[in-house]
Amino acid sequence: MKNRTKLPNIYLGVMIALMYLPIVLVIVYSFNESKISSVWDGFSLRWYKELFRDSSMFEALMNSIFLAFVSSFLAAIIGTFGAVGMAKVEYKSKGIVEYVSQLPMMIPEIVLGMVFLTYFSLLNLPFGMLTLIIAHTAFCIPYVYMQVKARLVGLSPSYVEAAKDLGASELRAFFDITLPLVLPAILSGMLLSFAMSFDDVIISVFVTGVDVNTLPIKVYSQIKTGVTPKINALCTLMFIATVLVLIISNFVGKKGKVDNNEK
Amino acid sequence: MKKDKKPDMNRSYKWFVLPIYAFTFFFVLGPLIYMLILSFLMRDEVWGVTSTFTFKNYLDIFEPVYLSTFVESLKLALISTVLVAVIGYLFGYFMAKLSAKWKKIMMMLIMIPFWTSSLIRLYGWIIIFRANGTLDTILMSLGLTAEPLKLLYTYPAVVVGMIYALVPFMILSVYSSVEKMDWSLVEAARDLGASSMKAFWTVTFKLTLPGLLTGIILTFVPSMGLFFIADILGGNKVVLVGNLIQEQLMKVHNWPFAAALSVALLLIMTVMIFVYRKITKSKDLEATL
Repeated sequence: MKNRTKLPNIYLGVMIALMYLPIVLVIVYSFNESKISSVWDGFSLRWYKELFRDSSMFEALMNSIFLAFVSSFLAAIIGTFGAVGMAKVEYKSKGIVEYVSQLPMMIPEIVLGMVFLTYFSLLNLPFGMLTLIIAHTAFCIPYVYMQVKARLVGLSPSYVEAAKDLGASELRAFFDITLPLVLPAILSGMLLSFAMSFDDVIISVFVTGVDVNTLPIKVYSQIKTGVTPKINALCTLMFIATVLVLIISNFVGKKGKVDNNEK
Repeated sequence: MKKDKKPDMNRSYKWFVLPIYAFTFFFVLGPLIYMLILSFLMRDEVWGVTSTFTFKNYLDIFEPVYLSTFVESLKLALISTVLVAVIGYLFGYFMAKLSAKWKKIMMMLIMIPFWTSSLIRLYGWIIIFRANGTLDTILMSLGLTAEPLKLLYTYPAVVVGMIYALVPFMILSVYSSVEKMDWSLVEAARDLGASSMKAFWTVTFKLTLPGLLTGIILTFVPSMGLFFIADILGGNKVVLVGNLIQEQLMKVHNWPFAAALSVALLLIMTVMIFVYRKITKSKDLEATL
């Protein structure tokens, strides 16, 4: 009955290979001396050097890091307090507010982008970093919220009760007991948010101003107009950064699980 | 004792939920309601909107020019979704049958491209598809084709790009469904004399349907919005609803029409979720992350 054929494994192997092929090609060609990506002219770091000389690219990178950091941080605050509070309050509006707050994760990005563009212009907000931050925070909140909510469900209420029995106020019990216990969930939610924000093209294209570029917007316009191998080098660096973030988030997630098992 | 605590508890947690209430109200609900209103308003001559109520924007979707875009986009979404479903279902199913150690490795292998910028991955396909690119070189050196296929900026290139961008969602939701399945039910069916094919269709497939349907919801409507895939891999030959919305917003400045198109996309999505709930009798989509 068990695995009569190797066919499934071959299928999985081929699919994984296809998944990585484009990424591997980008990395390989980033070290290509030639300007034409179909010709291999020998190993070179030329494109990396050119990339580092490109100040507009550097500015876009800084914008992206700033944006991803601020949005995931705001999402962490709003999402964490939200998830902890929602678990305790008994408002009638609770269900619907929770549902609506999670919508940005469900709604197709194109619709979200359109919705934010028109709404921000209705409010007369200046398009640029501010609008980017609001829009990104909106789609980051659900990631933190879900993680924290899931973590709270697995949390025994006896810790908080013990703290309160010992005289701690509700607020004190939150900061001393609940917060440290849900911290791994907050961090992994933040990392997801960071990655999502850092990678976002569609929504950013709609809500950014003329003079603020994020890295994905910059890469998108470069790919569209004319391809230079600099993009290969940039993509390689972005890939390495992503893998690093993923490894860190995996590490944080594991730590959270260990904590869980101890109880 | 408990009764004494309650008002105090409510008071501090009221402040906890305030940010999420406020943010949701101002920056999620507000924009969505405005979209709905906007979709019934009249476009002004040059810029902005007038406050005249009209159904024109919705009727405009049925204008031949736009309708053909909508239909083409639906067709592309359908083709991509079917292919994603087949490829992703098999992947998720086989993956769930691996040993625990290999499951972990596979999960990591899927998550890395999943979290990698979609632009990087698309860019890789440009290298593959362009004239005299990787694919042409391989095919020609094998003697399968005499001259470059020049697949870049064609329909198939866009389909590949869509599948590539969306298949992880399908894999993850199918996998999560298969993981939860009780295999003893399949064994029971086999013991009762069902062929392995029959056991699959009557037991496994039915039980993993929520995962498959979740994957379809997560791919079908988004695939109509991924305008940058159509842009980058399709040149300007493939136009999606997403491209249309972008064009109406940024170039034509017909915001009410863009709003109506967005509402239409959301409606399709809502119907799909409704059908999902009817079929699976569950409220939540299969977890993917």
